[in-house]
Amino acid sequence: MSAPTITNQKSFLSRIGAALMSLVRRQIFIPIAALVVLIVFNLIADPSFFAIKIGPNSAGDMVLSGYLITILDNASELVILAIGMTLVTAASGGQDISVGSAIAIAGSVTLRILCGTNSRPEVLQAPIIVAFLVCCVVAMLFGAFNGALVAYLKIQPMVATLILFTAGRSIAAWINNNELPIISDAAFGYYGNFIPGIPVPTPIFIAIACMIAIFLVLKFTNLGLYTQSVGINAASSRLNGLNPEQVKFMTYVILGLCVAVAGFIKVSRFSTINYSVVAKDIEMDAILAVALGGNALSGGKFNMGASILGAYVIQFLTTTLFKFNVVSTALPAYKAVVVIILVVLSAPAVKEKFGELRKRMASRKTAKEAEAV
Amino acid sequence: MKKIIALLLAVVMVFALCACAGGAKKDDGVISVGIINNDPNESGYRTANDKDMKETFTAENGYAAEFFYSLKNEEQIAAAQKFVQDEVDYLLISAAGTAGWDTVLKDAQDAGIKVILFDRTIDADPSLYEASIVSDMAKEGQTAVDWLAGQGLDAYNVIHIQGVMGSAAQIGRTGALDTMVAENDNWNLVTQQTAEWNAETAQQIVQGVIDSGAEFNVIYAENDDMAKGAVAALDKANISHGVDGDVIIMGFDCNKWALEELLAGNWNYDGQCNPFQADYIDTIIKDLEAGKAPAEKVVIMDEKGFDAATITQEDVDQYGI
Repeated sequence: MSAPTITNQKSFLSRIGAALMSLVRRQIFIPIAALVVLIVFNLIADPSFFAIKIGPNSAGDMVLSGYLITILDNASELVILAIGMTLVTAASGGQDISVGSAIAIAGSVTLRILCGTNSRPEVLQAPIIVAFLVCCVVAMLFGAFNGALVAYLKIQPMVATLILFTAGRSIAAWINNNELPIISDAAFGYYGNFIPGIPVPTPIFIAIACMIAIFLVLKFTNLGLYTQSVGINAASSRLNGLNPEQVKFMTYVILGLCVAVAGFIKVSRFSTINYSVVAKDIEMDAILAVALGGNALSGGKFNMGASILGAYVIQFLTTTLFKFNVVSTALPAYKAVVVIILVVLSAPAVKEKFGELRKRMASRKTAKEAEAV
Repeated sequence: MKKIIALLLAVVMVFALCACAGGAKKDDGVISVGIINNDPNESGYRTANDKDMKETFTAENGYAAEFFYSLKNEEQIAAAQKFVQDEVDYLLISAAGTAGWDTVLKDAQDAGIKVILFDRTIDADPSLYEASIVSDMAKEGQTAVDWLAGQGLDAYNVIHIQGVMGSAAQIGRTGALDTMVAENDNWNLVTQQTAEWNAETAQQIVQGVIDSGAEFNVIYAENDDMAKGAVAALDKANISHGVDGDVIIMGFDCNKWALEELLAGNWNYDGQCNPFQADYIDTIIKDLEAGKAPAEKVVIMDEKGFDAATITQEDVDQYGI
């Protein structure tokens, strides 16, 4: 991730003279700047941070390892969620806080299908693809439930999704009769770890596939246009022949699909589930990714690339804090400080100030940015 | 399909309501107990604890039991208030929080209801309850650290993965290790981080240590899930662990699957956090009914530590939760 970001940054710097860059470029600047700061910080503190090694794992397959791989690997679920969360935010002007609980449900369903009635099966009771598809359907149904509350009953998204946020983990436990399914078939673990013979963790591929999928969808369908116009002004969208309820509803279903994929990866990592802690607090990270991407949490215009980058920044930060052995009790404080800085930087008022500065003294702007960060 | 989900949610809620509905009746010879517990979905420990309660306080054993579950202290207190109005004989409480119980316990005392605390203590005058049956988390930590010291390593380079900071289990299990590290020069903490009981976070922490190239030979995880996450990171890097391995793996809680890891020699140690309090409570109630006061106000349960070298299949079946 680092290499392309640096080149992006360079091309960004070279164009700074022409301060009239598109809104898209300015928006994506925040996560890029955050990423660059993190990279530079780690580079100075310990250049070996960026070392990538290849060696055998305990199964004898050659696999890549290193902090960068850890970051890319562990950010996968968050990236996938950030995609859906961006759409939901844009269309409904609110966030879905039930994604963590919904991941527990999706994971629980997957395991239930694979295990059947026996929680410790010797052989899988259904093909993995069937389990994945059922998991997708169930997660999209729960997404639809949230979407219906928000779009048709006009309940505040945070309040509407509070229902599932509260009940989700109990539902997940109930799906498996409160038992702890454990899958012994190694093939199920491929999706959250490594496919034998391929040194790159599978979640990275899944995340890339999701990114390509959403890129194509945004490029070749009207989804992006519709969600943004509904988010900006639902009434005028209706006058222009859109159905705002339907668009909002759809974004929640899409988020449901993202939840299914993320939940599938999560349970595959350990071939089991812990209902109370799986994907705990991931909803907050997903919302933060959207905010870090400079997207307005009140809906409207969005930049998908910036959200995705925001998700990687969050994982980069987490891994950096682990690396520097921050005292456990102080960990949230460090994270909070960084988050405050990033959020303040991406606040519209601050951005406006920067825009003015940019116009006046384009050449000295970069130094100011660095100071502010 | 939306309807099905709505129905599903409704059913869940009805079940939740059922738990607190209905009144206890005083019948001759039947001891009515109101049991206030945390949500059984909270953890494997709680599931085992609830199952144990349900199996002990049955009609066959001469009890009429009613259960109430909540992770919220105020809801628990309200439920206790209701049990007092229903005039149950005994009130068994595993409190979600330590404060705010005085009033309701006084009401219970005035109504002649005997209160027994299990699993968790509360901040109230000891005269307000008959007994409390608890785990000593500090002792659990001490047992584990003593076991580790008995392994006779030249140097102990420990990766310490903590639970949610401030929880009783975290404080107890951390304390013993911290003391040992402070007192001995050959004990070092390679890292000490909280994974908040989460396997995946634990995996990332251990992955970080491996990536940094630091030497370590012990993983002291404060629950089984986190030990499992740590082991996943070791497996990725082809570092041997368990019996005859390079790294000693220690976990807590004695989940059945964890004890099976011990049996297979993949882990070295698992400390018990005993969820089976029902027998202790049963004995105390029988004593009280016979007019005997409990010998001790605070009963600390027996808690074992299992070693991979000595664990048997019977242990797994009996103590696995």
